[in-house]
Amino acid sequence: MPKQVKWTKKDLLGLEYLSRSEIELILQAAESFKEVITRKIKKVPALRGKTVVNLFYEPSTRTRISFELAAKRLSADVINVEVETSSVKKGETLIDTGRNVEALMIDVIVVRHNCSGAPYMLSKAVKASVVNAGDGWHEHPTQALLDMFTLKSKFGKLEDLKISIIGDIAHSRVARSNIWGLTKFGANVTVCAPEILIPKGIETLGVKVTNDIDEAIREADAINVLRMQFERDESGVFPSKMEYFKKFAITEERLKKAKKEIVVMHPGPINRGVEMSTEVADGPNSVILEQVTNGLAVRMAVLYLITHAEKE
Amino acid sequence: MEFKEKSQVLDKEGIKRILMRIAHEILERNKATKDLAIVGIRNRGAYLAERIASYIKEIEGEKIPIGTLDITLYRDDLTHASGQPVVRETKIDFDVENKTIILVDDVLFTGRTIRCALDELIDFGRPKSIQLAVLIDRGHRELPIRPDYIGKNVPTSLKEIVEVHLEETDKREEVVIAEAS
Repeated sequence: MPKQVKWTKKDLLGLEYLSRSEIELILQAAESFKEVITRKIKKVPALRGKTVVNLFYEPSTRTRISFELAAKRLSADVINVEVETSSVKKGETLIDTGRNVEALMIDVIVVRHNCSGAPYMLSKAVKASVVNAGDGWHEHPTQALLDMFTLKSKFGKLEDLKISIIGDIAHSRVARSNIWGLTKFGANVTVCAPEILIPKGIETLGVKVTNDIDEAIREADAINVLRMQFERDESGVFPSKMEYFKKFAITEERLKKAKKEIVVMHPGPINRGVEMSTEVADGPNSVILEQVTNGLAVRMAVLYLITHAEKE
Repeated sequence: MEFKEKSQVLDKEGIKRILMRIAHEILERNKATKDLAIVGIRNRGAYLAERIASYIKEIEGEKIPIGTLDITLYRDDLTHASGQPVVRETKIDFDVENKTIILVDDVLFTGRTIRCALDELIDFGRPKSIQLAVLIDRGHRELPIRPDYIGKNVPTSLKEIVEVHLEETDKREEVVIAEAS
């Protein structure tokens, strides 16, 4: 048998910092956890006696629920700290909050923060494991992992797949994590958005860039459609919803020009009628709800691996 | 730690005879194949379970449901630094409710693996009973666990290990005792 790669990292901060074989390890473990969550008793004792804190400085429904459920399925105890109810309102810094949480003998801190790099900073300050649940425009590693898991289960591989990421690339941590992960597996990634939403220099990450939605769709095996994050448009430079829909939305009409079997993904929540029409979101090519299920399995795998990391 | 092989306990023919005998014993004790199912513990117990099931089919002409358990997530030594366990898939495609389940493993030692397997199996439902079949019982139990079908009793010292090699995983077929060198 080939020598198994061991997981040695305390934290999961981003896919930029993982090797291909480490990502493979997570995806492989997620296969087993996917079986666990379809059992009648959907719970295993692997994290019994451990405690996971969800520390969310940004609103999130599905990611928080997914992490909470993942921890519970592994028999961990879970605490959810939301920013409105915590002493962050009283001016406590992230590091102080982290250290105080750690003083309660917590094993894992799952953190979402609007500042890029916040999970990294926290991971240096505490002994507990830190999982990045999305930091600023930087990374959202578990989302990309579940996207990759979904693609792998559809196509059996990631190598040489043509994946187009469509939408607000500039403000998207999902896009960045996907690019890091997919390119490590030799997938061909194209990003597509209005000029203003393409960050300068993105092609240095090994992706093709286009502003033409039909070109992005034509050859693609799968498209990952991002949410238009209008709340991040502070300077008012975004196209209007109508304008965006006309030029970039994924509609049945546009999909007629694509491969028949094209896989349509979206990290949610969907703005129906903005980046995607309702017919496509609920249509036969959509795997959006499968992504949600897979997210649970992937997050279980991540929590399991980081709490059982081997010392380097 | 390196281990040096000391002596052969079973050869290919020996393993085959034992599994055939266990298949007969299972049928003798349970009368028939009705409500019988067999579950092997990964890795080698799973292959032994498949073989016993095929012998049962040879004898009775009936195919019994086969399952595979990966007990990694139920282990009680996960926090010990004894090598990171790899999680593999558990596959129980039949309803365990009211079944008589033959649990199969290659070597019975401390009994902790069996404890995990019992916990995991019972999380799938409530079997009528669970019976344990092992190829080798090497002693040194740390839990009150007793096999129902034993291939061979092999008294060992704690310094020794019992290695089961099967065609499916090791390209050879024998059981040997090895000792730390």
